[in-house]
Formats: sequence, structure tokens, C-alpha cells
Amino acid sequence: MLRVCLRGVKATARVGLCSTVSCHVGVSLLSSVTCSLAQGAAEMVVAGLLTVSGGVGGTILYAKWDHKFRAAVEKNVPYSEWLLGLALGPAPQDTGLPIKKRVSVCLYPPEDCKECNDHTVAMEPTAVLQKTDSAGTAEPLTERPVEEVAARLAQQDQEENNVVASVSASLEDSLASSAQATLQAIGAQEAALQAIGQHTHKLKEAMEAEAPSEEKSTQWKDLETALADRTTSMNVAKTALLKANEALDSLKSVIDKSKGLKVAAARPLILAAEENLHKMVVDLDKVVSKVQSAESEAKIVAQYSELVNEAKQQFHREVSSLTPEIQANWKGLTGKLSTDDLNALIAHAHRRIDKLNRELAEQRVREQIHIDAALEQQKLEDQKALEKAVGTALQHVKEEARLEQEKKLAELREVIEAEMRTQLRRQAAAHTDHVRDVLKVQEQELKAEAEQVLSSKMLEQETRYRQLTQEQLDNFTLDMNAAYARLKGVEEAIDSHVEAEEEARKAHQLWLSVEALNYTLKTASAESPSMPLEDAAEAVRASCVDSDFALALASALPEKSLKRGVYSEASLRARFYSMRSLARRVALIDESHNTLYQYFLSYIQAALLFESQQEAPPTQLHSEDLDAFKLLSYASYCLEHGDLELAAKLVNQLRGEARRVVEDWLTEARLTLETRQVASLLSAYANAVGLGTTQAP
Amino acid sequence: MAAEHGRKWDRCLADTAVKTVTGISVGIVFSVLFFKRRTWPVSFGSGLGLGMGYSNCQHDFRSPYLIHGRVVKEQSSR
Repeated sequence: MLRVCLRGVKATARVGLCSTVSCHVGVSLLSSVTCSLAQGAAEMVVAGLLTVSGGVGGTILYAKWDHKFRAAVEKNVPYSEWLLGLALGPAPQDTGLPIKKRVSVCLYPPEDCKECNDHTVAMEPTAVLQKTDSAGTAEPLTERPVEEVAARLAQQDQEENNVVASVSASLEDSLASSAQATLQAIGAQEAALQAIGQHTHKLKEAMEAEAPSEEKSTQWKDLETALADRTTSMNVAKTALLKANEALDSLKSVIDKSKGLKVAAARPLILAAEENLHKMVVDLDKVVSKVQSAESEAKIVAQYSELVNEAKQQFHREVSSLTPEIQANWKGLTGKLSTDDLNALIAHAHRRIDKLNRELAEQRVREQIHIDAALEQQKLEDQKALEKAVGTALQHVKEEARLEQEKKLAELREVIEAEMRTQLRRQAAAHTDHVRDVLKVQEQELKAEAEQVLSSKMLEQETRYRQLTQEQLDNFTLDMNAAYARLKGVEEAIDSHVEAEEEARKAHQLWLSVEALNYTLKTASAESPSMPLEDAAEAVRASCVDSDFALALASALPEKSLKRGVYSEASLRARFYSMRSLARRVALIDESHNTLYQYFLSYIQAALLFESQQEAPPTQLHSEDLDAFKLLSYASYCLEHGDLELAAKLVNQLRGEARRVVEDWLTEARLTLETRQVASLLSAYANAVGLGTTQAP
Repeated sequence: MAAEHGRKWDRCLADTAVKTVTGISVGIVFSVLFFKRRTWPVSFGSGLGLGMGYSNCQHDFRSPYLIHGRVVKEQSSR
């Protein structure tokens, strides 16, 4: 079906070959549309794609041709710039090309002014020109930034300076060389002049002077040398002149070339060079003319000398023909001549005189003609010389006039420039005045603003400062208070420590004294009692003056112990055993039974009754335990186990004679017990106090 | 007190011995002198001595238990 449609399209295309494109397109489209209608979705899609691509292609083409349209499209349609960039390349920047053209045009500005304005003024018309050149863009001319202008100005100035420097250098070089050559030429010419003068003078001298022959020969020799000098100097002068002319020509060419550069700054240099050139040319011409005049004079003198020489030669020939034996230098031979010779000579002389007279007459006759001819010749020569002189003078004058004109032009240019500068300066002054006024106003405004800001900031700073100081002060007081409190606490702690230490010391002392007391208690040996406890008790009393309890205790020590000391437990124990036997023996004796018979009976009882040596006492004493023997064994047990107190208690239960017998022991035991109790109480107290005052590490 | 007891016994014995001896001697003397060497004054004397000694001893041993009373005249404040 598609192929059918395509064939149909092709057929319509072939049919409509001569028809218009739109018709063509329309017909093909129509056929394609009908075909697609018949076909379905695929063809619709293809048609849609074709239209879209056609639209895009058309847009791209139009954007390529019209940049404004391109810009509009890029602005409005999101990704168009990417697409257009891809298709056409980046959008052309208008500012690039025209500026370059402007620069190339403006690098050689028409005339003088190099300020910004001129450049921009010159650039405006060129920009207008360029605008028409550039392809249909109409972007406005943006003023170039100051830095660019300044840079370009600097560049141009630099180039000008370079050119000027090169021109001046070349001018100077050529000037120097030409000056040198000219000076040389002048010098040579003057030398030649001098040589010519010398030569002519010498020639005149040689001609006119009637000197003796030796001098004559020297004179001729001098003349020859002078002639040689003259010729050499003439040659040198000629070569120098040629060189000078060459140099001047080169200078002229250089001047022309530098004129051709058309750089204003070099103009004065060129003017000066031209002036120098002119002066040199003038000098050279003067010298040359001098030399020529000298030459002409010399020529005349030479002619004259030639004639004289010729005459001399002729005379000499005549003389020699007459008198062949006479030599050339006949003036010096006056003494050697014979009369014939003399006569011949005189005759020759006469003949010569006649000839000369005749020649003179002839000459007089032809004088006028000769004079006329000479005058004519002279006139011609004079004319020529005059013409030449006039020509050179005219040239010189022309040159001078041109130089004057150029000088005047330069001056005028300077004046104009100065005037322009003054005008610009005035404008600048006006501008500066205006700017100054504006600045003043601005300054006022800004000052007011700044003052306000400053005052507000100052206020802020002040408040902050005050706040900070207050804070600091508060902190300080807090710290001080805290420190003071701490100090106080520390002082209190120290005081309490001191007190505690004092207490501890006292307690220690007490303890020490109590220990001393205990020690004294221990000093009881087996048989003898301990040391009297007086001192120890005194010490104890001394060391516990502020403790009533301790004082009471200390004073509770029994007198006997203080005075005599106490027996140790060991001695008591030992005594007990001896006492025990006695107590056993008198066990039956009491208040009522105390006859000797009872004694006897009790002895027998003691001998016959065997009780256990030691028996543990019960916790509660019953009435049957109150038997002496039992009590004694209990007491013995207690003693053996170190319980003096219980033993004493038990022994205290004895009655009768046994009691009386053990009374002694009992009091001793009681004393010991008492003392020990007090001592233990004291030590306990001391320990307690010491413990109380001891500080844990 | 035990030493006292011992001392007491010492005294007692010594005293008794002395008394006995004394009694014996007195008895001997009397027997010799008055009673024609009969032995009864010796034994009587020894007995006497012994008895005295014994009694002294007993008294000595009893002495702590003896109560010494005294008649106190009635006071007018009665």
C-alpha cells in the first residue's frame, strides 16, 4: 500500500514537473495525505515527522540569515541555542571585527591630535563606514573602555616614538656623515684654494722676480712642488667634493624618506636637517666658487706664465741658435761671454726689441679687437658664471624660502596646538570646577552620613563597653566574694585543723601518759610491786587538764597504787597458790568455829580433800559452789586463764578465816584490778580521743 | 594475811612451847620441891603450860572474830 502511495506521489511529481513548487508540494502532500488516510497511523507519523523537521530546518536557515531572529528564538525557546550553535556555530559577536578595522585605519591618523576625543571622533565615521560593511548587523557603537584607549594611545605613542627615534637616528647619521664629508670637502677645497693661491703667487714671483740663477732654480723647483701640490690638492678637493655631494644626496634622500613617513614629531628634526643640508650646500658652493675663481685666476696666471715661458723658450732657442755653446742659464754667465757672443747677443736683443716693438704696435692696433673679443669672451663667461650663480642663488633662495615657510608652518602649528590646549585646559578647568562642586556636595552628604553612622557606632560601643565593664566588675566582685568565702573557709579549716591538731596533740600526750602509766604498771616484777604510779598519774593529770572525765579517772587511782605501786598479775597468781593452800587449811574456820580443834580439823580436811586444781567456774554461782575448795579451784582456773577479776570475785565469796587469810591478797588484787581498770579506762579514753582526733590520710 | 597466819602460828607454837617448858620446869620444880618428885606436877605443869599456850593460841587465832562491846550510857536525848 505504501509503495502504491509512493508510486502515486512519483507520478504526480512527474506530472507536475512544470508546476510551481507549492502546487507540487501541495499535490504530493495531498496524495500522500490521501494515501496515509488509506494506510493508517504509520503514514500519519511519517508526515508529522516530516513537517517537524521541515519547520526546524526552516528555522535554522532563517536564523542563519537573520541574527535578530536567532536571538529571539534563543531567548524564547529553551534548548534552541544549543541546537543553533550546533547547526550554525556560535552567534557572531559584532564588537570584534569592526574595532580591528578601526584600529588599522586609525593607526596612521590623518593629522596631529592624538587625544581620546580625536580617536573616537575619527572612529565614529570609520565605524559608520564599517557598519555598512558588516553583514547586516546594526549593533550600536559602544565606547571603548578607558584602559583600552589608553593602551592604544600608549601603543601609538610608542610607535611614533620608535619611528621618530629611528628617523632622528638616521637623520643624525646622515647629517653627521654629510657634515663630515662637507667639512672635508670644504677643507680640501680651501686647501686647494690655498695651493692654487700659493702656486699662482709663486708663479708670479717666478715670472716677475729677477733673482740670481740658483734662486731661480729653487724657485722653479718650488714652483714645481707647488704645482704638484696644487694638482694633488685639486684632486683631493675633487674627490672630497664628490664624496660631499654623495653624502648630501644621501642626506637629501633620507630627508625625503623621513618626510614621506609623515610623522609630525620628526618635522622639526627634518627641518633642522634640511637647514643644515642647505647651509652645507651653500658653504660648499661658496667654496667651490672660490676655488673656481682662484682657478680662473690661476689659469690667467698660468697662461701668462706659459706665454712668458714660451717667450723665454723662444728667446732661449734663438740665443742657443745664435750661440750654441752657451748654456741655458745665460744670466749667470755674464763674465764668461766673449765679445762676439755679446755682440751677437746684443744684436739678437736688438732684433728681439724690434720684433717686440712691432708686435707691440700690432698689439696696440689689435688691442681693441682683442679687448673686445676678450670682453666678449669674458662677457660670455661672466654670463655663464652669472647664470650659474643666479641659478644657485635662486635655488638657495628657494630653499631658504621653503625652509622659512616650513618653519612658519611649524610655528603656526605650535601656536594652534597651544591654543587648542588652552581651550581644552579651560574646558578641563570648568569640568574640574563642576566636579569639585559636585564632590563638595557629595562630601558634605557623605560626611553627615558618616558622622551619623560614627555616632551610632560610638554609642553602641560605649554601651557595650559599659556593659562589659559592669560585667567585669560583677564578675570581679563575685570572684572576690567567692575568694573571700573560700579564704574564710580555709581559715576556718585551718583553725579547726589547728584545734584538731591541738586536740590530737593533747590526746597523744594523754595517750603517751597513759602508756607511761601502763608501762609503770608493767614494771612490777615477780615479787616487788611496780613503781609508784604517782609520777605517771601526775603526768596523766597534767595531760588531761581540760577533760573532766580523764581528770576524774586520773584522780580515781587509789592512793596505795600511787604511793606504793601495784603488784602484777603474775605475782598475784603466784601468791595465790601459796595462799590457796593456807585458805584450804583454814577452810573450816569462821566466826563461830575458830577453836584450835577446828583448826586441826580443817587441817585434816585440807590434807584429805582432793579437789581439782582448776575448775571452770559456772556462769551462775549456786549455793553449793560457795564451798571454799570449789571457790579456790574456780579462782585458780580463772587466774590460770588470766581473769583476775573473776578470781577476785570468787575469792571474795570466801568466808571466815579463809577470807581473813586471803584478805591481803584480795586487797592487792582489788588494788591491781582497780588500777588496771582506771588505766584501761584512761587508755580507752585516750584511744578514743586519739581516734577521734586522728584524721584519715 | 597469810604471813600473819604464819606468824600467828609461829607465835602460838613458840608461846606454847615456852609455856609448856615453863610449866614443865615449874612442875619439875614443884615436884622436886613440894611434891617429892612425883611426876604429876610436871605433867600438871606441862599441861598447864600447854593449856595456856593453846588457849593463847586460840585466842590469838580468834582475835579477829572477837567482838568487843561496850556499855554506852543512855543519852538524855532518848
